[in-house]
Amino acid sequence: MNVIALPIFVPLLLILILLVVKQTRWAQWISILGSTVLLFISIILFSGLKDTGIQTLNMGNWNAPFGISLVLDYFSALMLVVSSLIMFALSVYSVYFMGEEQKVNKFYLFFFSLTMGINGAFLTGDAFNLYVWFEVILISSFVLITLGKSKEQLEGGVKYLALNLIGSLFFLAGLGLLYGKTGTLNMAHLAEILRESEQPVYINSSAALFFMAFGIKAAVFPLFFWLPASYHTPNITVTSIFAGLLTKVGVYAIIRFFTLFFVQDQAFWLNLFLVIAGLTMVVGGMAASTHYDTRRILSYHIISQIGYMIMGLGIYTPLAIAGAIFFTLHNMIAKTNVFLVSGLINRVKGTFYLKDVGGLYKQNPLLAILFIIPAFALAGVPPISGFFAKFILIKAGIEDGHFFISAVAIGTAMLTLYSMIKIWNEAFLKKAPEDKESKYESKGLVFGEVFPSIVLGAASILMGLFAATIFAFTMEAASQLLEPGLYIESVLKGINP
Amino acid sequence: MEIVLAILVGVLYTAGVYMVLRRSILKFIIGLIFMSNATNLLVFISSGVVAGEPAFVGSEPVDANALSDPLPQALVLTAIVIGFGIVVFTLALKYKFYEATGTDDLDQLKKTDN
Repeated sequence: MNVIALPIFVPLLLILILLVVKQTRWAQWISILGSTVLLFISIILFSGLKDTGIQTLNMGNWNAPFGISLVLDYFSALMLVVSSLIMFALSVYSVYFMGEEQKVNKFYLFFFSLTMGINGAFLTGDAFNLYVWFEVILISSFVLITLGKSKEQLEGGVKYLALNLIGSLFFLAGLGLLYGKTGTLNMAHLAEILRESEQPVYINSSAALFFMAFGIKAAVFPLFFWLPASYHTPNITVTSIFAGLLTKVGVYAIIRFFTLFFVQDQAFWLNLFLVIAGLTMVVGGMAASTHYDTRRILSYHIISQIGYMIMGLGIYTPLAIAGAIFFTLHNMIAKTNVFLVSGLINRVKGTFYLKDVGGLYKQNPLLAILFIIPAFALAGVPPISGFFAKFILIKAGIEDGHFFISAVAIGTAMLTLYSMIKIWNEAFLKKAPEDKESKYESKGLVFGEVFPSIVLGAASILMGLFAATIFAFTMEAASQLLEPGLYIESVLKGINP
Repeated sequence: MEIVLAILVGVLYTAGVYMVLRRSILKFIIGLIFMSNATNLLVFISSGVVAGEPAFVGSEPVDANALSDPLPQALVLTAIVIGFGIVVFTLALKYKFYEATGTDDLDQLKKTDN
């Protein structure tokens, strides 16, 4: 099935086209068109999965485990659909929010190389290939975060770059050790070898290096400091892309690796995950509550929500993994959306600082509605997506006897609600401060600016209304992850080395 | 041979960590170069070093265990190329940062924290 390489090749094609396009207007149309095509491709791939089961493709006709395999199972397909949806929304958003001084054409080049890296990371079935996609993501994000010349942006860029580079060194060292021990880097082959191995000590050195690497990408508790130091500096479009997608690629890799082949010493790893999940949730949530810049509040929130995903992995029952996947999908959409809305607030009021805005509810009721949907989704108010995501995770926690982490999760939901209510009160309900009002002339919004937010808001609501359908898909994904026999078999296809 | 390379990896990591913890951004980048080369060497020796037996499979059947494993070498090649690109980018970023702020001191980078 060659179709599953399309999510990687279409962005590559778009990069080549955009290299020769000089006019900004053309580049914008091409990118909107391209991301629409990508969205359709990923939906078609996803809907085809029901009939065909796990799909694989051996690149260059080298048989697995010798060549690079691409693998599409339910987990990667779900992530692919949601990330394509976000990329579509952002390609529209960038038309209005990437300023002229930020070299719009170059932005689109790296926008699509980021897309290519993310899609590649979701699709690949080879650990070294995953490293390469991570580097593609990393380099494109370096360029995106430093597009622009302000001092803060460069400073944020330096911090982002430093910690992420160290993270990828951990990844490479882990790969080297793993190859030395097993002699393969194909994930299915690794699973076949390592699931029979009963020497946890022997494998734990690699597992620890991988956990450090993915932990830095995913911004879990002691490794997250690059995120709040850099995410509030670039253009809001870039921040929204990063917020919605980058950390979640790290989470994806952790879930993939620790369900597929690092399963020897679960007594240690799962407890570590639970501890880290609890700390990530609480520290992120508390730090968010002390800030008044919307972008900083929301950046800390990303960290807090990563905790829930790791919690699902730490509980490690089918229901919990399904909950973690559901939560990741919901969070990608809602988080991007809330950043988009903070960009809209900035467009209307000219600032991200909450104390300087106010009275938006009267001034622009549509904006209030657009904010309240992702905010309620993040806080977990029924019937929007976040409620079901948290409900599944907490139910799984209680069923499996993890009462403490479930209590922490509920407490963190309150912290989230507090932060969202703070933004709501400060930006929408309170009267606009009079001394600031005169300096900036309030602007109205055109339809194109709010359209991406409407799309993502509708997606959040639909995810809540059709929670049962989506939950069935995530359950399917979780069962494929927890019983990887099918995965291994469909990649290796009868080759028994 | 492996033991020498293993010691070299250790020395490079030590030097790299020391440089990364210094205050200057340029020294930080030099530290990163040390560490990335240490990691490349680590990958290179992961499957053992076989001297003088390149993995060139001709028409005659050979004992696969006597040959050196070509895959880590291919992996290292990829990693070196990626490392090059990243070092160039960090140096360019450092230059741009120096132009904008006039400082090379990591302790001055406090504006975007907390």
